[in-house]
Amino acid sequence: MQEKELIPYLYRTEFRKITAVLCRLFGIEHITIAEDIVGDTFLLAAETWGLKGIPANPAAWLYVVAKNKARDFLKRNTIFNEKVSPEVQYSAGESHEIEVDLSPTNINDSQLQMMFAICYPGIPPESQIGLSLRILCSFSIDEIADAFLTNKETINKRLYRAKEKLKQDKVKIEMPSGSEISDRIETVLTTLYLLFNEGYYSASRNTVLTKDLCLEAMRLTHMLTENKNTDKPEVNALLALMCFHASRFEARIDKNGELILYEDQDISLWNKELIKQGECYLNRAAKGDLISRYHLEAAIAYWHTAERDSPEKWEKVLSLYNRLLMVEYSPIAALNRTYALAKVYGNKAAIIEAEKLGLDHSHLYHILLGELYATVDTQKAIRHFTAASKLTKTSADRNVIRKKIDKLKK
Amino acid sequence: MKEFVMVYRSELMGEIKLTAEGNMVVSKEWENWMGGIAAQNKLVSPGMRLGNEGRVIKPGNVVTNGPYAEIKEIIGGLSIFKADSIEEATEWAKTCPILNAGGNVEIRDIIQVNG
Repeated sequence: MQEKELIPYLYRTEFRKITAVLCRLFGIEHITIAEDIVGDTFLLAAETWGLKGIPANPAAWLYVVAKNKARDFLKRNTIFNEKVSPEVQYSAGESHEIEVDLSPTNINDSQLQMMFAICYPGIPPESQIGLSLRILCSFSIDEIADAFLTNKETINKRLYRAKEKLKQDKVKIEMPSGSEISDRIETVLTTLYLLFNEGYYSASRNTVLTKDLCLEAMRLTHMLTENKNTDKPEVNALLALMCFHASRFEARIDKNGELILYEDQDISLWNKELIKQGECYLNRAAKGDLISRYHLEAAIAYWHTAERDSPEKWEKVLSLYNRLLMVEYSPIAALNRTYALAKVYGNKAAIIEAEKLGLDHSHLYHILLGELYATVDTQKAIRHFTAASKLTKTSADRNVIRKKIDKLKK
Repeated sequence: MKEFVMVYRSELMGEIKLTAEGNMVVSKEWENWMGGIAAQNKLVSPGMRLGNEGRVIKPGNVVTNGPYAEIKEIIGGLSIFKADSIEEATEWAKTCPILNAGGNVEIRDIIQVNG
């Protein structure tokens, strides 16, 4: 790999590892300093490697430089005496040499602990996602802004406020105790779920970036399944859900970056390997008697990977949406349930149910009614698609809707 | 919006089918009915289904077998919904699957109790 590609690659893989370790060492109040130290390390790498060539072991080079910078910071700064835990001080006391532990085990532990610290209910979900992308996924501020379709200043402000709140509330960077984990993991899973969806349903045209969001969400969820304390059924269910969705990556976007709807996808492009992995995690999720919303959603996603339009498939999907809605209402689940109902009981029955949903303000509601009316009443179908087109915010959606209207007018 | 409880009554149920995990098998009819109300975001809690085992306790240390109070009908379960009015809830109850099985639904408004 050339230096030009190597540094961004290492940034993606190593920034998060070193940052997590330093955050844990410095404490929650010094996240920004940890980020800056690692950022400086990469700047120095770019300068030095440009002049002297790439070192034999580039990652190790980064670790050494980051360690030195961290030690310098701790020595210079009073936080060493005031904030750093006594154990660290003790182990470092004798030789006055501070241990910055960048072993794989400590990197892994630090990342898991940071995950729990960042997914803190006291800060809003979009800040949790932003901080996760920055600290746990090595995203640059520009990339985060791009993913959220906003600008750098907004993201910087958002992350700043979140870090201040973590500091104020003295959030500890540690693994929650056994009994606490079940509660805390819910917030972590919600954030990972949102992070994945942010990528999967993003309106951003940067398809490489949005796919990266999904892959990062999967990587972090996978990390949770690898640790015995966090390897819970609902974690496996969420990972199964992600695998099933991700299996359609290649099939759902055409070469112009436009969305291809589920019914129109080329099944041969579905990733069989990911479907198989999803099935494996779904089996692992079946332990215990808790049925979380992730279990239900994963089961729905599983049926979507199966052969199309068998009667059994849609009956199962309808049943699962019924149960999902009983656990937790969401407009999207209500709309999807009605679609499944149409597949089982026909469009007319589904139209009656759809019109009770009270979601007139949603473009997806009008798309659904447009679809249901398409074979029943063409004029009404066109009216709903037109309403949908007015309500949607993205041009990708408008394109899809326009094609549907054109087809009806033929 | 107010909350209402629906109490489902019918004659003693036959053998209750259980899944391997010990949960009651819910019929497609029931699931679709409740799912339809949940899809309108009007379900507060699916509540619970009640089994056939029961005792009735009366003053004077009188305990009788069976869940019946006086009549043959028993309460089979209850759920909580939110609705603008009892009339709205009544409309839903008219399509409740228990009616097809000869049972009935009672709707009651819920009074919040302080503390």
